[in-house]
Amino acid sequence: MDYITWRSFYTVLVFVLFIGIVLWAYSKGRKKRFDEAANSIFEEDELKKTKSNNTEQESKNNE
Amino acid sequence: MSQTNPQQIEYNLKVVRQFTVMTVVWGIIGMTLGVWIAAQLIWPELNFDTPWLTYSRLRPLHTNAVIFAFGTSALMGTSFYIVQKTCRTNLFSDKLASFVFWSWQAVIVLAVISLPLGLNSSKEYAELEWPIDILIALSWVAYIIVFFGTLVKRKTSHIYVANWFYGGFIITVAVLHIVNSMVVPVSFTKSYSVYAGAVDAMVQWWYGHNAVGFLLTAGFLGMMYYFVPKQAERPVYSYRLSVVHFWGLISLYIWAGPHHLHYTALPDWTQSLGMVMSVILFVPSWGGMINGIMTLSGAWHKLKTDPILRFLIVSLSFYGMSTFEGPMMAIKSVNALSHYTDWTIGHVHSGALGWVAMITIGSMYYLIPRLWGQTQMHSIRWINTHFWLHTIGVVLYIVALWISGVMQGLMWRAVNAEDGTLTYSFVESVEASYPFWFIRFVGGLFIVAGMLLMAWNSYRTIKAGKPTRETIDVAPREATTQSA
Repeated sequence: MDYITWRSFYTVLVFVLFIGIVLWAYSKGRKKRFDEAANSIFEEDELKKTKSNNTEQESKNNE
Repeated sequence: MSQTNPQQIEYNLKVVRQFTVMTVVWGIIGMTLGVWIAAQLIWPELNFDTPWLTYSRLRPLHTNAVIFAFGTSALMGTSFYIVQKTCRTNLFSDKLASFVFWSWQAVIVLAVISLPLGLNSSKEYAELEWPIDILIALSWVAYIIVFFGTLVKRKTSHIYVANWFYGGFIITVAVLHIVNSMVVPVSFTKSYSVYAGAVDAMVQWWYGHNAVGFLLTAGFLGMMYYFVPKQAERPVYSYRLSVVHFWGLISLYIWAGPHHLHYTALPDWTQSLGMVMSVILFVPSWGGMINGIMTLSGAWHKLKTDPILRFLIVSLSFYGMSTFEGPMMAIKSVNALSHYTDWTIGHVHSGALGWVAMITIGSMYYLIPRLWGQTQMHSIRWINTHFWLHTIGVVLYIVALWISGVMQGLMWRAVNAEDGTLTYSFVESVEASYPFWFIRFVGGLFIVAGMLLMAWNSYRTIKAGKPTRETIDVAPREATTQSA
């Protein structure tokens, strides 16, 4: 494969990969796990609250 | 809280505290240097006729101090904080983390000594001579080991998006630094680049623009993806968008460097390619900005009462502004007007003071009380005052340099119709710039005043508290994650 062909192939490959990432990120199956990930940074605060015998559990999820 | 049993591990917050304090200190030093050289443009006698204090030597010291001392200290500190919190584990190695801190401060002290002495490799943002470059590389390798080592031993299954941005920034900066710093030393304090001519220029701006793209953008986006949701107490607007944002940004930024070399000896096709890639870069940049700002959707009222959130959200507005301006300036015909004028400096500062400094300041105001066992900063009112001082300063700065930049560009290209000679001499454009340079200087004073207020506020907060010791339960962790 000469240089130009390789570069063209590579460009198309990266483009296809990117489209793949977009489709993957927006697929239905990922929604739940991504929502969990987005909320994961609040878990330690909730833990602390439950630890200090405080039962008020305000939902951080506004979606 | 005080005892650590085998079921608990303690976060390493000491290194975060060290970096946090130095971020504020270097911020003041770096920005004061900026104000000083801005004043030198108006009153040249401010170099006191000493070679060490001339504009040419203090200017690289200013850029190194704000990018590598202020900015990078903030990035290292926040990345160590976030990676521990989101991975629910302590740092890979406390000793190595401590080495990162001290070696990095040593690099900065060496810069403070060597640059005024005139020791300069003459590559912009990579001015430091080869022995310091080696120390930077060592420090950075230690940084890589600590950060990625912590990711590897994480207690969570998912790697939170902020870490992806920090990781991209850390790896890319290592590659950029090593490739661009390849030199042949001729003495302990002098070296020559191994690259020659246009290739050297291209390597330099591949480095230079990606220092902007990965250090000043990707790294601070990592900060944004943690501190904006935390301060707003809401999850990021769209986690899916953040994934696409990451891959889009890191795969595009690396190609934008040639726009620094329009109309030079660089091959024309390379310039055009750099221009096209720079314009496309607008898309992931704005995707990220929208993601950050929209995190507040439904809770806009918080901006009214929370000056920390105001810092964070306004920083994103400046990010959006400068990532619109940047691609526009990368278009060859626009660049023909803007390049080498004050417009470029204005653009850089809308990014550096608007985006980088504001997201950092907001993050520091979030961190400082939490690192010293307080619930909030000593004075919220002072944070608000700082916000307005900073915002007014940035707006004065960038508006003044937009006007002077466009004016300079127009004056330099003006030709007399009858014989094609230049209408203005260069010195006439310098004279015309003075009023705007004065406004820029005043803007800088506002910003430094805000930073001094921040230092005093931080001092009072730190003095009132004591270092936080924070532990995390290891064993029961798994059970609680499932139910969350």
